[in-house]
Amino acid sequence: MLELSINGEAHHADVTADVPLLWVLRDVLGMTGTKFGCGIAQCGACTVHLDGQPVRACQLPVGLVGARKITTVEGVGATPAGAAVQKAWLDLDVIQCGYCQSGQIMSAAALIASTPAPSDADIDAAMAGNICRCGTYVRIREGIKKAAAEHHA
Amino acid sequence: MAIRTRTVALLLGAAVVIGGGAVAGRMLFLPGPLDFAGGTRVALADYKGPSPIGVPAKLAHASLIEKGRYLTDAADCRACHTAKGGTPFAGGRPFKLPFGTLYTPNITPDKATGIGNWTDAQFLRAVHQGISADGTRLYPALPYASYALMPDADVLAIKAYLFSLQPVRQANLPNSFTFPYNQRWLMGFWGYFFNKDKRFEPIAERSPEWNRGAYLVEGPAHCGECHTPRTLAQAMNTRQKFAGGAAEGWNAYNITGDRTTGIGAWSKPEIEAYLATGHANGRSVASGPMREAVDLSFSKLTKGDIAAIATYLQTIPPIHSARLGAPAAFAAASHAQGPADNPIGKRVFEQACVSCHAWSGKGALVADAQLTAKKAVSDPTAANVALMVLQGTGPQTAGRPYMPGFARSYSDTEIAAVANYVTARFGTMPSKIAPRDVAKLRAE
Amino acid sequence: MNAVAPTRRQLLRGMAAGGFVLAVGLAGGQLAVAGDDAHAAAFAPDAFIRIGTDGAMTLIMPQVEMGQGIYTTLAMLIAEELDVDLATVTLAEAPPSDALYGNPLFKIQMTGGSTSVRAYFLPMRRAGAAARAMLVQAAAARWRVDPASCTTEAGQVRHAASGRSIGYGAIAGAAARLKPPAEPVLKDPKTFRLVGKPHHRLDTAHKVDGSLKYGIDVMPEGVKFATLAASPVLGGKVAHVDDSQARALPGVRQIVVLDDIVAVVGDHMWAAKQGLDALAITWDDGANAAVSTETLWQGLQAAAAQPGVAATKAAPIDATGEDVVSAQYEIPLLAHAPMEPMNCTVHVKPGACELWVGTQVSTKAQGIAAKALGIPPEAVTVNNHLIGGGFGRRLEVDMVEKAVRVAQKVDGPVKIVWTREEDIQKAMYRSLYGSWMSARLQDGKPVAWEHKVVGPAVIARFLPPAFTGGIDIDAVDGAVETPYVLPDMAVRYVRHEPVGVQTCFWRGVGPNNNVFSTECFVDLLANKAGTDPLDYRRSLTDPKGRARHVLDLAAEKAGWGTPLPARSGRGICLQFAFGSYLATIAEVAVADDGTVRVQRLVTAVDCGVTVNPDGVIAQIQGGHVFGLSAVLHQQITLEKGRVQQSNFHDYRVLRIDEMPQIEVHLVASAEAPGGIGEPGTVSVQPAVANAVYAATGVQLTRMPIDPALIARKA
Repeated sequence: MLELSINGEAHHADVTADVPLLWVLRDVLGMTGTKFGCGIAQCGACTVHLDGQPVRACQLPVGLVGARKITTVEGVGATPAGAAVQKAWLDLDVIQCGYCQSGQIMSAAALIASTPAPSDADIDAAMAGNICRCGTYVRIREGIKKAAAEHHA
Repeated sequence: MAIRTRTVALLLGAAVVIGGGAVAGRMLFLPGPLDFAGGTRVALADYKGPSPIGVPAKLAHASLIEKGRYLTDAADCRACHTAKGGTPFAGGRPFKLPFGTLYTPNITPDKATGIGNWTDAQFLRAVHQGISADGTRLYPALPYASYALMPDADVLAIKAYLFSLQPVRQANLPNSFTFPYNQRWLMGFWGYFFNKDKRFEPIAERSPEWNRGAYLVEGPAHCGECHTPRTLAQAMNTRQKFAGGAAEGWNAYNITGDRTTGIGAWSKPEIEAYLATGHANGRSVASGPMREAVDLSFSKLTKGDIAAIATYLQTIPPIHSARLGAPAAFAAASHAQGPADNPIGKRVFEQACVSCHAWSGKGALVADAQLTAKKAVSDPTAANVALMVLQGTGPQTAGRPYMPGFARSYSDTEIAAVANYVTARFGTMPSKIAPRDVAKLRAE
Repeated sequence: MNAVAPTRRQLLRGMAAGGFVLAVGLAGGQLAVAGDDAHAAAFAPDAFIRIGTDGAMTLIMPQVEMGQGIYTTLAMLIAEELDVDLATVTLAEAPPSDALYGNPLFKIQMTGGSTSVRAYFLPMRRAGAAARAMLVQAAAARWRVDPASCTTEAGQVRHAASGRSIGYGAIAGAAARLKPPAEPVLKDPKTFRLVGKPHHRLDTAHKVDGSLKYGIDVMPEGVKFATLAASPVLGGKVAHVDDSQARALPGVRQIVVLDDIVAVVGDHMWAAKQGLDALAITWDDGANAAVSTETLWQGLQAAAAQPGVAATKAAPIDATGEDVVSAQYEIPLLAHAPMEPMNCTVHVKPGACELWVGTQVSTKAQGIAAKALGIPPEAVTVNNHLIGGGFGRRLEVDMVEKAVRVAQKVDGPVKIVWTREEDIQKAMYRSLYGSWMSARLQDGKPVAWEHKVVGPAVIARFLPPAFTGGIDIDAVDGAVETPYVLPDMAVRYVRHEPVGVQTCFWRGVGPNNNVFSTECFVDLLANKAGTDPLDYRRSLTDPKGRARHVLDLAAEKAGWGTPLPARSGRGICLQFAFGSYLATIAEVAVADDGTVRVQRLVTAVDCGVTVNPDGVIAQIQGGHVFGLSAVLHQQITLEKGRVQQSNFHDYRVLRIDEMPQIEVHLVASAEAPGGIGEPGTVSVQPAVANAVYAATGVQLTRMPIDPALIARKA
């Protein structure tokens, strides 16, 4: 039985260590906000934070998580950076279908938490691993700048 | 692993040269595989202690076929004698050479298309001397110079295993060589000088484990075929034993005791982990032909045999590779620090690579994905990095994280750029691989 | 109360609606009318509006939300006429019913073809206006005043003279007893409060915190998880399965082997996937084992030799004269690759079935499930969910059929999720198409024009009644009507169904091919005429027309004609499709090795009346990105009948660091509304190709762009 700290709460999962964190979250714990997109860390839909760092849950064996604290999109609103990103996303109507946005928001929140005024190059470096098929990139970029400005105001 | 493409190509050319007879003695008379170790060579029958040949103790009482299966794995016959997606041992794997393509033959016991009619003597002659059942000379793509170390009993155990397989009716594909490369008889000259056709002899002063390792490394596992550079005559240059060679476009790196460019700094458990699983934490991940060798051969060997191989490898005299950088420390955690002159490479890296490898090169998810300290990133040819990007790498074991190949989605320019970005960011000897080089690697 | 799919609950905004109201729209397709029973909404004047006595309001959405913002738009249209505060309204997905929720343009319940606003602009307003009239009448009767003296605002009827007001809930029961007006009076557009002004989206509050449940997120009690493999070659069958290793894996519960599908059921998706990977499946490839990209192109080109069917009256050009210019243009096979992989959750019960899925065609989903199980459609409950990307892929129900057939062998509910590899390799695809173009020029201008379209008739399969006279109206869309004044236009259609792949609609549909070929051809003609592409297009358009207006606007905003560096260029696409006019100008830089970097896109749009202008801009932005992925990166190829791409590492999608600057300029218009989901995908492709033509002098005739053809010669 693995113990995981997710969004500040302890959760237990009876799975083998090789199961990717993504499926433990979604199918075992029923936390479906984290999305499956590719399974090979190429689309970013499954991004969660481990101790604040963005990681792709689809390629992370749950046994490697250890004591690190997991934050998912369900809990990121409790962090100042996450809340700022969520607000900017709604203010600018960034979202279309929304399926990739769990991952976009997690990547963006990690970026603005560590970078007060992200440049375009910072945004490219942090966000190029997150694919959006609806093509919301224009507004993701605007949203990050807005959220960062409000978060670090 | 058998000798691969480029070396075979050159080797054939070299055979022609030798046929002309204008070659220096130094090139023709090379040290034997164990000469570096000194000591007293003894015949197998006279060796005191557990036999270094054959199968591990736990298989001592297994059937001949079971023993043969183990030795077939140790000799990694399957890698070359299986086409991509094809039936194991039915042959058909192509080796592309500039003057044509060589296809490995069917070695299932089918009487019409395989080796079902071969006698023991014919099989031994092929494996030891590179002469086919019908008397034609085989190209040394079949590593008979190494296999010659294997005693008859081991070779015949392999034959017994192969003959236990389901025969597969699959005609051999003709090689498309042109004159003079199609003159197989010329291989006789090559064999005369470079295949001593002598069975393994242990060294009395060395431990049984060392001798077992020596047998496996030099004989069935034929490590030197890729890891030892070649002479102009395309023989293994045993004066530069294990200092680094090539296979199918990949650089097979230095596995001597050199601490910066070889494996001298690796602990024995690290070498063992690498061979058994294809990954030694912070050291290396097996890719390309070596990944095949791990998946199809080393991972099937007993712990004892893996330990023996490691013991033996740790005694190989260090040779420094001037064309390989020392391992680097982790790179900066921020994208903003690092190579600034390669925007295309950086863009590909941030799109396709950073999710797993991280800007620091530490690996974002699993230890296998660490980039720093890997020989490939300090290799100024960047060939292995480019090949990994093209073909992907990582465990073929279902369920373990692996790296997909990007050949279909990124151009030669982009792959060259990202390879150069990776060596500049994570290595100590920057590369300048060009798009045309990537185009060539793409064809491998 | 019937089980209410959580998706609808999540759409609850502001004031909580009574659960019974929600249940109305979901109870097996039976829509309550006023006074039906205690569980019905008090006031349900039509299929779309439900008002409870507590004032709780639910709007039933006949078009599915898949990112295009249609929930917001349709709700705005109703609310405009009904005068309600959208913050207090619940939006619910319509249950399957062609009769009640059939798209007026297709007669079936379908979201696609950029038709939602075109089809529902008036029906939604009429629904709102009729309901409002009934509520006003009810209030006026209670107050004994003239209904004309009452006004409405934010869910209340007011009577200014007496200072009275009453909430809609309080009079819902009374309103329900009234007869809806036959011809409800619509607002004068000048008095619109909502329509035409940017409105925040109504579907996204639950998308920012992960609480919205897409189809892939449902968790019915006791659900198991499965993944599947269909034959890698279309039409192939399972020959043999060795499951000895798979059975031994932890978490693997069941292996389902059908004629043409193998599925593994497990404790979670990972167990199922591990199980599937561990199966040794031998396939009998069948008739399509030799299909390749080569054979597909050859088939298309061979078909082009046929005369085809005339889609316009003009006679074909005698293509022999010196004054005749000819060219052919081709677009490749493409996958949709929506971010939410294909999935469907199914619970097969004796004589019944329940589905949880995100589909653009819920009655078709219901129908295919019923057919697979041999039960009547009414026995299939469809819980439709918001969609994580459709782009046409979810206009198809192949995934529903496969899932139902697997679920039939499973006890209890099972969620079947496609791996991305399965999603891309065993899909239905946007077909390859070709256009064979000819024009006779006089003084550089076309005096005769021929456009022969070669491609499949998706319509014939998808909507058979619409396939008449051998013409696929979608396949020739954008060819028979262009923004230009062209004399003697001969458009012909050759139906060619590619062998070995299944084809379907893809964002941009028919105009992707026809606008691409027309616009590239116009550039070629301009080049022959030695005329600037903008001037050439101006000379072919009505100076007072909407096309000219968007063309001039885009040219002005893009700075057409201002100097650019070497190997950079601008290209135009002018199009009329889906009832909307677009002009897109792309600016590209071509590197020495042929790599194309798109730097800027300027698009002017006249889509008639806009309901939510910000939504229009979002659709153009997104459509451009979708089209850029295609034109720069994408192509599905086959070898030995098998699709060679498998996931995002080899089926490349445009990423944020490749984005050009995008500017969208809307033209204020009172014309009938046009569609907007597809046009941006269409226009960007020829605009980029023409920009590459301008930058390099090489006109590329087959997409995607092949850098080798435009690399600087060494």
